[in-house]
Amino acid sequence: MATITYQEMKLSPQVWMLGALMGAFIAAAAWAVWFVEHHGHIVTGMNNQTVWGLPHVFAIFLIVAASGALNVASIASVFGKTAYKPMARLSGLMAIALLAGGLAVLVLDLGRPDRILVAMTEYNFVSIFSWNIYLYTGFFAIVGAYLYVQMARGVSPKTIRILGTVAFVWRLALTTGTGSIFGWLVARTAYDAAIMAPLFIAMSFSFGLATFILVTKLLCAITGREFGPLLLKRMGNLLAVFAAAVLYFTTVQHLSNLYVAEHTVVETFILRTGGMITMLFWVAQVALGGLIPILLLFHPRLNKIPANTLIASLLIILGGFAQLYVIVVGGQAVPLDIFPGYEASSSFFDGAINSYTPTMVEWLLGLGGIALALALTGFGAVALRILPSTLSDVQTASGST
Amino acid sequence: MKLPAINFSKKPGEMNRRDFFKSGAAMATVTLAPGVTLMAFGGDANAAASSANRWGLLIDVNKCASDCTACVTACSDENGWENTGNPETDAQWIRKVDLKDNKTGYEVSLPVMCQHCDDAPCVDVCPTGASFKRTDGIVLVDKHTCIGCRYCMMACPFKARSFVHEKVTDQKSHAPRGKGTVESCTLCVHRIDVGGRPACVDACDATGHGAMVFGDLKDPESEISKMLSQYPSTALRADLGLNAGVRYQNL
Amino acid sequence: MVRLLASFLIWVALLGSCATAQTLDVPKALGDPHPEGNAFMRINHMNLMRHDRDQTMRLGNRDIKYSLKECVACHVVAGPDALPISVENERHFCRTCHEYAAVKIDCFQCHNSKPDPKVQIRLLGKVPDISELARYIEEVSE
Repeated sequence: MATITYQEMKLSPQVWMLGALMGAFIAAAAWAVWFVEHHGHIVTGMNNQTVWGLPHVFAIFLIVAASGALNVASIASVFGKTAYKPMARLSGLMAIALLAGGLAVLVLDLGRPDRILVAMTEYNFVSIFSWNIYLYTGFFAIVGAYLYVQMARGVSPKTIRILGTVAFVWRLALTTGTGSIFGWLVARTAYDAAIMAPLFIAMSFSFGLATFILVTKLLCAITGREFGPLLLKRMGNLLAVFAAAVLYFTTVQHLSNLYVAEHTVVETFILRTGGMITMLFWVAQVALGGLIPILLLFHPRLNKIPANTLIASLLIILGGFAQLYVIVVGGQAVPLDIFPGYEASSSFFDGAINSYTPTMVEWLLGLGGIALALALTGFGAVALRILPSTLSDVQTASGST
Repeated sequence: MKLPAINFSKKPGEMNRRDFFKSGAAMATVTLAPGVTLMAFGGDANAAASSANRWGLLIDVNKCASDCTACVTACSDENGWENTGNPETDAQWIRKVDLKDNKTGYEVSLPVMCQHCDDAPCVDVCPTGASFKRTDGIVLVDKHTCIGCRYCMMACPFKARSFVHEKVTDQKSHAPRGKGTVESCTLCVHRIDVGGRPACVDACDATGHGAMVFGDLKDPESEISKMLSQYPSTALRADLGLNAGVRYQNL
Repeated sequence: MVRLLASFLIWVALLGSCATAQTLDVPKALGDPHPEGNAFMRINHMNLMRHDRDQTMRLGNRDIKYSLKECVACHVVAGPDALPISVENERHFCRTCHEYAAVKIDCFQCHNSKPDPKVQIRLLGKVPDISELARYIEEVSE
């Protein structure tokens, strides 16, 4: 029985260059934050009609992917699949890093980010946002502890299993909380639905695993460690199931909305008349982010090619961004229906479809969040024994402990 | 003599019981008759907002003229928000909405502002409790605690809230407002607290239209309560069950 | 290691010696001095403000001893044109101490750092001379 060895990632010139690249994006994001802070949100594309925009799309993607990235460790610890065991530490590290990146974008987009301490000391527990603050900080603590017990000597497998289960349940609560931010809004017909929470859970499984596959492959490529094709295929099969689940919940969401008379306007907009939003929905989200990856991952001949699993993961991530853009921005594009039966018009854009164009500062902030997540992952892999020395199929098949 | 329950502020943490007692604020009142209260503890009965009142507005849509924006101008003059030529980012605490029935062609116009809901979604979603409802029913933003997350703007069914997108200077001293926080109609609390009426109501009266009535919804003898009991009225998006303090007649 | 520690301590001491007791040029206020005394106010003004803001904001209690409006009105500093200066100007009353103490003032992001002309005139309590009156009328009627 082969035991797994974990090795730090060596600081090769390639790693330094990637680190510098991430640093450049983080610096650009820091500048963007200062710029918005100094001039006010007028320099962004967000306004009183499109209240949340591109930064929130990035932030929510990262947060959702974070809870999904932890899945790999959960599959090993909670569901006992030993083939996933070597990746459990990286899974924990990535979960923390992705959540940190997402929260950084979210907090730095606040109108008063200097008041983050107020947000952490004054709570309104009717608000899911307040609960989320605890869920997010608790996630850091629990996954941190989970990572610690995996790496410490002399910890019984039972402890690891218990912490892994707690982390798994906590992440489900966290993602439910994130989905409920939208699902519990009675005011907006695009959001007010119980399905938002399960949809976000499905998205977290899918986007999280796709992100994990890509980042693991990248780290293996940099360090020259093998990522076994059979293991990759196995994860690809699982990813296909998750992507199908996302398509399922999306279908149910939109079909249900089509039957609710009040929701027809927003559905027509997203599915047919929304211009760029409609394109993003059908082409980016459904086709590129759903149907094509599922084909690549399920087709018996296509899924034997390892590159296809990676392509599918990338497409799922891009489709995921599109899906969140449609949810966040598309959902706000349709005006509130305050006067049913009337056409409304006013100086405050009642009755008008809202357009939104993100500005460069918003792109910089969002990309900076991704760079922060990747930089933290890299930093953890360099400083700690996170990355297994190999993920070859021989190693995996021998039932490593 | 039964003392009604003490209404503590909704914000947890900062004001505990001891602070509240030490402040000497009006703690409990006993209502002998509408509008007449007996102070059970020290302090001035009129000093603080009281749950014996619930302030509201009644707007008669028939009396509202489609080309008149007196209420909007009065509000912006009173509270210091202004039209800088960027309607997408400018704050608008109140606006005139022009409606056209798409089946019959009937046209009407009316002012829309914060509806001061009893069960306000903006209060429910605020993570810090900055969006709160005062005991007398007025929904406000405590800008000391607002972190500018704009969740309340997502949650408001009436699009009543605005975000301040730019630096503000020369604020009215009775209506502080600043960059990075969210704001909306305050029902002119600074006027109500000294026995006045909102600026929009005064302005509407001054034009002669008299479409807006302000008063205490809990006082059966007030003009607004009498009109509400005599003529049919409706709240906007009544199906949401928010029990708004602003009601519309002839809509 | 010891040399590093020693040089660090010397550096700190040098820094400390730079901060010799300065006499701050605090502008005189318009009205009567606080009965509690300046020392009390220096130490507690932030607590008073924080307590009173909750009283007014949350409870609607405007019957409080010191309102921010009155603080700003009484502690007004006139610029060269005899009009009040805002917190942007370094001679603003609050800035004289806050700059020295390096404590950021958050109030004036939302509150006006200049007094409402009506409040200020009331506090002046004296009959303004013709040119001051004319200037005030001109300002108010803009």
